[in-house]
Amino acid sequence: MKQFLIFVKKEWLHIWRDRRTLFILIWMPVVQIVLYGFALTNEVKNSNIAILDQAHDEASITIANKIAASRYFNLVKNLYSYNDIEATFKQGKIRMAIVFPSGFRHDLLHANSAQIQIIADASDPNTANTLTNYAATIVTDYQATLNHEQKLPYTISTQVRMLYNPELKGAYNFVPGVMALVLMLVCAMMTSMAIVKEKEMGTMEVILVSPLKPFRIIIAKTVPYLFVSFINIITILLLSVYALDVPISGSVWLLLAESILFTITSLSIGILISNSATTQQAAMFMAMLSLFLPTLLFSGFMFPIENMPFPLQIISNIVPAKWYFVIIKAVMIKGLGFAAIWKETLILIGMTAALLGISIYQFKIRLA
Amino acid sequence: MEKVITANGLTKKFGDFAAVDHITFDVNKGEIFGFLGANGAGKTTAMRMLCGLLMPSSGQATVAGFDVYKQNELIKKNIGYMSQKFSLYEDLTLGENIRFYGGIYGLTDKQIDEKSYLLLHQLNMEHQEKILVKELPLGWKQKLAFSIAIVHDPAIVFLDEPTGGVDPVARREFWNLIYEASARGITIFVTTHYMDEAEYCNRVSVMVDGRIDALDSPLNLMKAHNAASMDEVFLQLARKAVRTDN
Repeated sequence: MKQFLIFVKKEWLHIWRDRRTLFILIWMPVVQIVLYGFALTNEVKNSNIAILDQAHDEASITIANKIAASRYFNLVKNLYSYNDIEATFKQGKIRMAIVFPSGFRHDLLHANSAQIQIIADASDPNTANTLTNYAATIVTDYQATLNHEQKLPYTISTQVRMLYNPELKGAYNFVPGVMALVLMLVCAMMTSMAIVKEKEMGTMEVILVSPLKPFRIIIAKTVPYLFVSFINIITILLLSVYALDVPISGSVWLLLAESILFTITSLSIGILISNSATTQQAAMFMAMLSLFLPTLLFSGFMFPIENMPFPLQIISNIVPAKWYFVIIKAVMIKGLGFAAIWKETLILIGMTAALLGISIYQFKIRLA
Repeated sequence: MEKVITANGLTKKFGDFAAVDHITFDVNKGEIFGFLGANGAGKTTAMRMLCGLLMPSSGQATVAGFDVYKQNELIKKNIGYMSQKFSLYEDLTLGENIRFYGGIYGLTDKQIDEKSYLLLHQLNMEHQEKILVKELPLGWKQKLAFSIAIVHDPAIVFLDEPTGGVDPVARREFWNLIYEASARGITIFVTTHYMDEAEYCNRVSVMVDGRIDALDSPLNLMKAHNAASMDEVFLQLARKAVRTDN
């Protein structure tokens, strides 16, 4: 045990001496959270729009005011001719234009059908979609108040409730995603590089000749990174609660326990990589290709898995981060307990056991 | 004479290829034993078997009185090892390296304190305990690596081409350390490509194609081969080699 602690201490010294890397490891999650939280958000807020109101009656003005008052839109220009619309789009000043034809209120009240034209800049299709949806919702809303006054029979109004995330905040999705990414990076990439470094330097040979058991060498090398990732988890959670207003709905302890499980999964992948890589660069590339990209693509954090072709959906199942992402979303955002995530937990435990088994078995073989 | 290494028909096969082919030799306590051979002759494989890193295919061997098949954990406790690659941690200080290697061999804190004082004193590095190893010149690093390889007073120390790339003066100083260790009863098992170093050994063996072709004191070998130096002896023997590095 004492030898084990001496090894852990030595490993910690390596990390401590390399302040620059340590600094990056500690700050990376902060930067990622801030980036995803404030810069790379796909939420639509304060989009510039223009309105061409040819009717200028009570109905059109009410709707226009409602739209302009919404936090999604920012009315920058009132247009006066149809030709102005395209010109304003081309100047890049607006992302959406709304047109009320003349006689809007008249049509609405007497012909029982009036039209509004919504024109969106679809060069960014996602934003265009979201904007038109928001605008349509506001119009429907207005219609509902009209109908209410007039008591028209047989109208079906849909009421949409966004569960768990009523404000449709992106943070609810990316905080679990960033946790998965950071843990993968710190644990798998850093441990594999640390182990390969000893091989590169020739010190591995010397410690293998020593009475230390290979198994213990490996475990001792991972302990400091386990510690660093724990700090990362705490940082991310604190930031998400206090800076992004994403509450932890479920049990914090369950969240931490599952995160430690995933950390161990990542560490075993790191050991596995270090078994086949002979240089630190190779280890880094292998970690990037086999972990970073799949985690980004297949965890469901950036691209919904349900929308992928079937073969890719199957592939996504072997990416550990996918299961961790599901677990964290369930516990943190939906506030569910262990009963809801035992299956995913079991899958993750199974993966970890298999990976750890293979990597330690391989490590022994290499020493024969 | 007490024997610290015995090998009898020791063989290692990788498939059909016998990297080490029935080698038989003894090494006496306190002896400086030179283990020579061209690249690919099987030196490293033989050394790995003796260090407990590699299971032999057949034959017997004991190291420090322990069997290489069953007691390799005990062997590891009683040997020191220094590889041809520099084997200290460059980003750790001298003191931290000593502490680490002493610690993994199970020395107590008190023993480590005494040892590091003696060791640094012997190397004239008393005031450099707190500097990083990477700041030392190569010759000093190698001397330090050797001293650390024997910090736990092993019965035998295995040196795998320890002086590669070191200048002649530093090599001479390095060999002084080897003599001192040998005088304290530590057996030295050393591989080298420098034939002047081979002449410093008590006895040398020359491996050719996985077999030991010659084993005697440098002087006797030179006489037997009618040669003026170990260089000539080595060339005569190595030329017979059939297999090459690859």
